[in-house]
Amino acid sequence: MASINQALLDLKRLDQLAAGGTVLHRLDPRAKVLATLVFIVSVVSFGRYELSALIPFLFFPAFLIALGQLPAGYLVAKAALVCPLAVAVGMFNPFFDRSVLMQLGPLDITGGWISFASIVLRTALTVGAALTLTALTGFPAICRALERLGMPRAFAMQLLFLYRYLFVLSEEVGRASRARELRSFGRNGDGLKSYASLLGHLLLRTWQRAERMHMAMLARGFSGVLPGREGSRFGAPEFAFLFFWSALCVTLRLNNAPQLLGALVTGQLP
Amino acid sequence: MSHHILEIEHLRHVYPDGTRALNDVSLRITHGESVAIIGANGAGKSTLLSHLNGYLLPSSGAIRIGHLAVGKGTLSEVRRTVGMVFHDPDDQLFMPTVYEDVAFGPSNLGITGSDLERCVTDALKRVDAAHLSRKAPYHLSAGEKRRVAIATVLSMSPDILVMDEPTNGLDPFARRQLIGLLKEFRHSKVITSHDLDMVLEVCERTVVLSGGEVRADGATVEIFRDEALLRECRLEKPLSMQGCPVCANGGK
Repeated sequence: MASINQALLDLKRLDQLAAGGTVLHRLDPRAKVLATLVFIVSVVSFGRYELSALIPFLFFPAFLIALGQLPAGYLVAKAALVCPLAVAVGMFNPFFDRSVLMQLGPLDITGGWISFASIVLRTALTVGAALTLTALTGFPAICRALERLGMPRAFAMQLLFLYRYLFVLSEEVGRASRARELRSFGRNGDGLKSYASLLGHLLLRTWQRAERMHMAMLARGFSGVLPGREGSRFGAPEFAFLFFWSALCVTLRLNNAPQLLGALVTGQLP
Repeated sequence: MSHHILEIEHLRHVYPDGTRALNDVSLRITHGESVAIIGANGAGKSTLLSHLNGYLLPSSGAIRIGHLAVGKGTLSEVRRTVGMVFHDPDDQLFMPTVYEDVAFGPSNLGITGSDLERCVTDALKRVDAAHLSRKAPYHLSAGEKRRVAIATVLSMSPDILVMDEPTNGLDPFARRQLIGLLKEFRHSKVITSHDLDMVLEVCERTVVLSGGEVRADGATVEIFRDEALLRECRLEKPLSMQGCPVCANGGK
C-alpha cells in the first residue's frame, strides 16, 4: 500500500501548492476553470492525424507553471503517470493504420504512428492542464467555482466530501490491507475471497462514518446548504485572463500555427 | 440562567433490533457543573450522549434543557445550546479548511461578515489553534484535530459542552494541554471517558452507567474510592489513586 500512501502525500503537495500567492493564484477560480475548459475542448476537438497544430498548446500549461511558480518536474511526473493509459489506448493504431502519411528522409511514417503520438500528446496536454489548474486553485475552490458556474449544488457537495474523505478512506484501506498482508505470509491468503470481505467491511464502515458525519452536521445546524466562503469578484483581470486564453486557444485551433510559421519562414527564405 | 440546567427523566431507549440500551436513566445537571459519565464498553454512554442533542429521541421518558423539552420541534434551539464534540474528530471536521469548518455552525445560525470572522478567530484562539485556520483538516495531527473539533463547537457559543472521549488517542502533552483547556471552560460539561485520571482532574461529579442504568451518581473522589462498585461495573481506580507499584516494591 506504500504506493497509495505515496500518491496521497502527492495530493497533499498539490494542495499546498494551491496556497501560493502569485497573481495566478489570486485570480477568481472561475476564470481559471473556464480557461482550462476552453483549452481542453480545443485540444480534444482536433482530428486524429493532427500533431503539429497541437504543439503550440504546450504554451498554456508552460506559462501557468512559470508564472504560478509551480515545480514543473513534479507536475510533469504526475502527468506522466497517466500516460501509460494513453499508450494502452493508442498502442494498436500503428498496426492497423499502415497508410503512409509522411516521409522523413528514408523513413515512412504511417498514419497509425501519427495518431498514436497525437493521442499521447493530447492526453499529456489535457492532464497537464488539469493538474496545473488544481495546483493553482486547489480542489475545493474548483468545486466552488463549478457550483457558481451552475453545477448543481448536490454534485459540488459530493465532490467536496469525496475529496475530504478520500484521505480518511485510503488510510483505512491501507491499514486493512496491511493487516491482511501481515497475516497471509506471502501467500495469497484467501485470494479474492478475503478481498471481497475486506471491501464489504470498508463499505459498511464508510456507511457508519457517513451517519456519524451527518449527525455532526445536524448538531451544528446543517439545513441542506453548505455555507460557502464569500466569493471573490470576477473583475477586469479575470476577464482579461479568460479572454486572452480563449482567443489564443480558438485561434490556434482554427489555424495551424507551426505550418503558418513554416510557410512564413520558407516563403521569406527560399 | 435556567437555560443551562439539563434534566433527564426516566429515559429509556430501545434500538430497532430490540437492544435495550438505556433503562430508566434519570439525571439532573446544573449550571457550571462538570459531570463525567463512565462505564464499561456497551454500558450506554454513547446512546445517552446521542440523546442530549436530539440525534436519538427517547423511546420513553424526557430530556429537558432549561425550559426546553428535547423533541422534533425544538431541535435547532437544542443543538445550539448543546455543543457536541465527537469521538472521532475526522467525523466532525468535514469542510475543506479549518476556518470553514469552525464557521460552519455559526453561518448555519445566520451569522455573516465580520461577526462571523470574529466568532471563528475567537473560537480558534481559545483552543490555541489560530495558526491552523488555513490548513486542511487532514493535514493536522491528532491533538490539533481534537482542539479544532472543540473550536467548531465553541464558535456556536453553546451553554453545555458534551464530549465523547476527548483524550482518546492523544499523546501525553496534547492530553495535558486539553485537560488545561477543559478546566478553563466555564460551561456545564458532560464528558464520557475511559481516561479516569482526566475525569478525576476535570469533573467534580461522576455518574456510573452499567447495563443501561445509573449505578452510582456522586462526587468523583467518593466514587473512585468505592473499589467494589468499580469492579462490579468493570472499572478500576484511576492510576493516580493506585499505590505506585515501583515504590511499593522498595523501588525495584
